[in-house]
Amino acid sequence: MKEASFTLIKGGRVIDPANGMDETADLLIEGSIIRAVGRPDMPAECEVINADGLIVAPGLVDMHVHLREPGYEYKETIAGGTRAAAAGGVTSIAAMPNTNPVTDDPSVVGYVLDKAKMGGVVNVFPIGAVTKGLNGKELTEIGLLIKAGCVAFSDDGKAISNSSVMRRALDYAKAFNALIIQHAEDPDLSKGCMNEGVTATRMGLPGIPAESESILVDRDIRLVELTGGRYHVAHLSTAGALNSVERAIKRNLPVSCEVAPHHFALTEEAVRGYNTDAKMAPPLRNENDRNAILEGLAKGVVEAIATDHAPHDEDSKRVEFCCAANGVVGLETMLCVSLELVRDGVMSLSDCLGVMTYKPSRLLGINRGTLSIGSPADIVLFDEKEQWTVDANELHGSTRNTAFHDRLVHGRVKRTIVAGRTVYEDGQ
Amino acid sequence: MLKSQIWNRKHLLGMADLSREEIISILDTAASFREVNRRDIKKVPTLRGKTVINLFYENSTRTRTSFELAGKRMSADVINMSVASSSVKKGETLIDTLANLEAMNPDVVVVRHSESGAQEFLAKNLDAAIINAGDGSHEHPTQALLDLLTIDNHLALMGWESFEGLTVAICGDVLHSRVARSNAIGLSTMGANVRFVGPPTLMPAQVEEAFGVRVFHRMEEGIKDADVVMMLRLQQERMLGAFLPSVREYYEFWGLNHDRLALAAPKAIVMHPGPMNRGVEITSKVADDLSHSVILEQVANGLAIRMAVLYRLCGVEG
Repeated sequence: MKEASFTLIKGGRVIDPANGMDETADLLIEGSIIRAVGRPDMPAECEVINADGLIVAPGLVDMHVHLREPGYEYKETIAGGTRAAAAGGVTSIAAMPNTNPVTDDPSVVGYVLDKAKMGGVVNVFPIGAVTKGLNGKELTEIGLLIKAGCVAFSDDGKAISNSSVMRRALDYAKAFNALIIQHAEDPDLSKGCMNEGVTATRMGLPGIPAESESILVDRDIRLVELTGGRYHVAHLSTAGALNSVERAIKRNLPVSCEVAPHHFALTEEAVRGYNTDAKMAPPLRNENDRNAILEGLAKGVVEAIATDHAPHDEDSKRVEFCCAANGVVGLETMLCVSLELVRDGVMSLSDCLGVMTYKPSRLLGINRGTLSIGSPADIVLFDEKEQWTVDANELHGSTRNTAFHDRLVHGRVKRTIVAGRTVYEDGQ
Repeated sequence: MLKSQIWNRKHLLGMADLSREEIISILDTAASFREVNRRDIKKVPTLRGKTVINLFYENSTRTRTSFELAGKRMSADVINMSVASSSVKKGETLIDTLANLEAMNPDVVVVRHSESGAQEFLAKNLDAAIINAGDGSHEHPTQALLDLLTIDNHLALMGWESFEGLTVAICGDVLHSRVARSNAIGLSTMGANVRFVGPPTLMPAQVEEAFGVRVFHRMEEGIKDADVVMMLRLQQERMLGAFLPSVREYYEFWGLNHDRLALAAPKAIVMHPGPMNRGVEITSKVADDLSHSVILEQVANGLAIRMAVLYRLCGVEG
């Protein structure tokens, strides 16, 4: 057997939020494992990667991604989705179960993992459905799904609206310490096409009030009190829901939330001109909601930045606004858009990377998102200052439905390493 | 014909795009076309050789007929296409349908569609000149223009020199109304004060801020001293979705009868974009009271406005 090879990432600014590390250092990889950080002796045979002027950080972890395979391969495949992740410096993604068939059975989990192993370039962690067929009625085999490889549970795309089913889900999940991720939108109140308010009124579009989210989050928090189950709000978008989550955390309830870059970087104004690439669920909200989310990030209420990466074929978006599919891609703009938080003084670079690395890993219970010695060598090298303009046509995934087309951003991924192997290099 | 350099738009998508000067210019042009419609031979050669396609995704008698006649009286070739929603569901997308029509090189496509923004979407993606004949709950600019023309004709009789200071109460189902939105925008551009009157469930969110209007939930307060009372059609399906409890309750509190009309300015005019629900939002007595009702004048002015808009968008030299 061939001995494991060595790679030295030399001279970068190594930031590992999990260990509070931020210093210029070298990082030694042996095979697929991080072997040393600091000033390690260089082994005799060693590949050297020059990281001068670059930041060396744990590969990003995106806990909310739609890979569309199986069932919607015309939108995106596991291969294409993981390619987009690699280009965005994202080395681990949690894949939502709203595929066809739904990930509500261990056989589907096995299929996704096999596909990821064969054609994927980053780590894929399946999220199982909470209810069979996402129908909101019968629980899935949460225990067996965990054994098959699921790291959390969600009916994402749909809310678990039946209070009794949600109660049972939170209660049952406790047996496995499983995380229940809620797409918090009241199905009756969210029958609109965009956020309710002045812009929707002017455009003549049916609006979705912020309360459609906060009502469900408030109810769920009551059920967390009742059951003690672990509860996580996906793509939180409103000031009201954020406030509820903050209060629940203060009361030591097992409640957490993630926010998506489009919700903290954009508002409903982006919908003007009936821009279907700014249509998603929950919708882009107003400036007040955006500011509340920024404050939540600053105060550490938000546990994760997650993109809700949702590829859609062009035909699903090139239609009348209300007929267009919900969702935007986000993997490739996750880092650069999130770095705006650092430039704008909302959070430190280390904290910003923290909510994209070890914090979501901790929620999912996966051994990722850190540069600790002995960890898998999932690493991103990026230039924090490099300016570039997002171009929907230059994305690496299969679709172009980004809400950030033409946005001038700072921070460019130079190299992405998964388990010691370079899976993306800028300009290659 | 009036030659104006002000109007050089390719499309007419909404009143939000139009300046006061552009509105005045189109009203002037329409006024001159009204004369054609009173002639014995109601046809001029102005648009000979031009092709107008009426593409209607929603049922409409009045607006479609109005555009058709407007085109024909100016000698354009007019083709009507009614696309029933069932055939839409067979698969052809809106953009494909229009791309096919565009391949036949029409000069103008008049589009009505149930989705807000459908015409703006088409205008962005295709080459044809588009006239918005109503999109969802968004805009219906030719309706607003014909309403402005009608009000303009009555300004002197009502004792006003211009729209400045005039009070217009738009009453009823504002939430679902493109007529209310286009009129609010157009009237505000012209300097009038606009009120929206109706039950809270039929008012869009933050509508005061969105359109600079005043909102009244009680009819008596809303039409008090108004110079123009514009009633909106109540769709019967509003009883579904818990917008309203019943037609009779709506009529009782928001219907326009002579008792309520007496609260408006003495020479107030009553308007309705049609088709009317007599006995629901307006009594027959008010609708047919020619000392106040200008509803049929609106129809006549609609024809003139659509002639003016087609004339301008077809790019004919004056």
